[in-house]
Amino acid sequence: MEANGPRPKHLSIGRIGMYCFIIMCALFFLMPLYVMLVTSFKDMDEIRSGNLLYIPKSLSFYAWPKAWSQACTGFVCEGLKPGLVNSLKITIPSVIVSVSLGAINGYALAFWRFKGAYFFFGLCMFGAFIPYQVMVYPLLKIESALGIYSSLPGIILVHTIFGMPILTLIFRNFYASLPIDLFKAARIDGGNFLKIFFYVIIPMSTPITIVAVILQVTGIWNDFLLGLVFAGRDNQPMTVQLNNIVQVDYGVVEYNVDMAATILTSMIPLAVYFVSGRWFVRGIAAGAIKG
Amino acid sequence: MKNSVEVKKLSFNYGKEEILNNLNLDIQDGEFMVLLGPSGCGKTTLLNCIAGLLDIDEGQIWIEDDNVTWKEPKDRHIGMVFQSYALYPSMTVEKNLSFGLRMMNTPKNIINKKIEKASNLLQINELLKRKPSQLSGGQRQRVAIGRALVRDAKVFLFDEPLSNLDAKLRAELRYEIKKLHRDLSNTMIYVTHDQIEAMTLADRISVMKDGLIQQLDTPKQIYNKPANLFVAGFIGSPSMNFLNAKFDKTNQNLIVGKQHINISKYENFNNLFDNQEVIFGIRPENIKIDNNENAIQCNVELVEPMGADTLVWTSIEGKPISIRFEGSSNYYLNDEINISFDIKKSSIFDSQSEERI
Repeated sequence: MEANGPRPKHLSIGRIGMYCFIIMCALFFLMPLYVMLVTSFKDMDEIRSGNLLYIPKSLSFYAWPKAWSQACTGFVCEGLKPGLVNSLKITIPSVIVSVSLGAINGYALAFWRFKGAYFFFGLCMFGAFIPYQVMVYPLLKIESALGIYSSLPGIILVHTIFGMPILTLIFRNFYASLPIDLFKAARIDGGNFLKIFFYVIIPMSTPITIVAVILQVTGIWNDFLLGLVFAGRDNQPMTVQLNNIVQVDYGVVEYNVDMAATILTSMIPLAVYFVSGRWFVRGIAAGAIKG
Repeated sequence: MKNSVEVKKLSFNYGKEEILNNLNLDIQDGEFMVLLGPSGCGKTTLLNCIAGLLDIDEGQIWIEDDNVTWKEPKDRHIGMVFQSYALYPSMTVEKNLSFGLRMMNTPKNIINKKIEKASNLLQINELLKRKPSQLSGGQRQRVAIGRALVRDAKVFLFDEPLSNLDAKLRAELRYEIKKLHRDLSNTMIYVTHDQIEAMTLADRISVMKDGLIQQLDTPKQIYNKPANLFVAGFIGSPSMNFLNAKFDKTNQNLIVGKQHINISKYENFNNLFDNQEVIFGIRPENIKIDNNENAIQCNVELVEPMGADTLVWTSIEGKPISIRFEGSSNYYLNDEINISFDIKKSSIFDSQSEERI
């Protein structure tokens, strides 16, 4: 047949193979979630019978309320509810403070090229790769000297500090991709450091801010080590309490409660991804192409 | 006439690289000054130094009897238009125009009056409520010019404002800018690498190369009496024809291989000395068909019809030579033509110093 009009489409073997691979990957990552979900709705007898992948014979709602408000997290048995509140109290201020500071840092590094800006930028890069553990003890000493160790401001400060290198980095790279002429025009139009930041730069920062917020929300929410060390007993985040529920030294291990508690703990990051995943990809891509 | 902008002994280094060194430039009040040069010649750097967007290493910058060397860009009373338009993407056209005034806490009614005036002048009234992303390139640049206008600047700076536009729009906006200067008669400094823009817009052109001003003069002078070989080659399209020659004082001739060109009518004939190695430069339109015995015989090697005129390429002693004829003229490949040069309009450069003689 003579070639004319649109090229005919057909499914090649390569394409079928690719789809198979993608589906396998998806199953691999969804399987644990599936097992957790079905286990949380089984009763202990059914769990003991060992059919991990079966859907529950009869729906049991025993595990969820227990995980939420009755499971023992150490000395008290109030479930994960207080942990959720603590995690929110830690995450929200930490995200706001760290993202704001990261944006200002990135803006200063990208546009106000002061002497040694490159050196400082290199330092930030380096900072982003230093493992937390190295700094836990010195920070602990500093915070106790400041009198904020084991308190809410203490843990917020720690999260802000640890978020700084990576946030500065991504904001700087995003701002470096914006046309420098915009900044020059704003300077001629009478803006100073803060005015240009607020009126010109922030309105253009939506995509990268979303990326930064997602990074920080998931990072801080999922943090265990820093919360355990710095938050103090009254402010233990959800992750630490989840650990306390799962790690029991005596009695029965209630797998269904553990599963329900785990799903509850991962609810917020999951929701953040589902709501803003599209923005996340777009923001990362914007940075990747332009930066 | 008093000076509007004075650059005194300006030096600017980028790292260890010297971009501008000891540069002096006086721009008169109401003058349209074009800084022209190839990329990397320092023209945009000079403009940014005048604007205060770059910190200079040495020297002074004065704007209307005011030493602004250490002043912030916003305090220099300048308006600037960028090649990339640099409109604030999150603001409407109206907000873009008023941004500078709002930053200076100008009263609302004055802002409105100024916006109205500028938008009438540039015919952008219809666009005031739109975002920059909804505008075409030409409209964006109009808005950018408007943003500079509303500020009542003492000096307008243009940084290759038309380079991102297509040829037709470029000609259109060039006309607008010229009209704007005619009506406002503000001092304007305009950076470009496009010699047509420079020729058409400028009161004076400063041709730059390697951070040095090669020639500072009216477009006419620069075109007809280029100060050196670089200026001669850079200005004019198609560019000036050059022939390497030796001067023979007794016969008043330039010797180009086997050809002899009598230059007794050259304006600075007396400055030439015997046996001087020179470069003879002649513009394509200053070559004529001439059937006298002294004419140079050559063959048509290529014909480029350009509508209004036709460019005929030939060669003398192996050097390509272009000749500009009327568009209606008929020349064909391998035609034999006899040509002579209008010596009064030619330029002769010393081949060592490359300066005009």
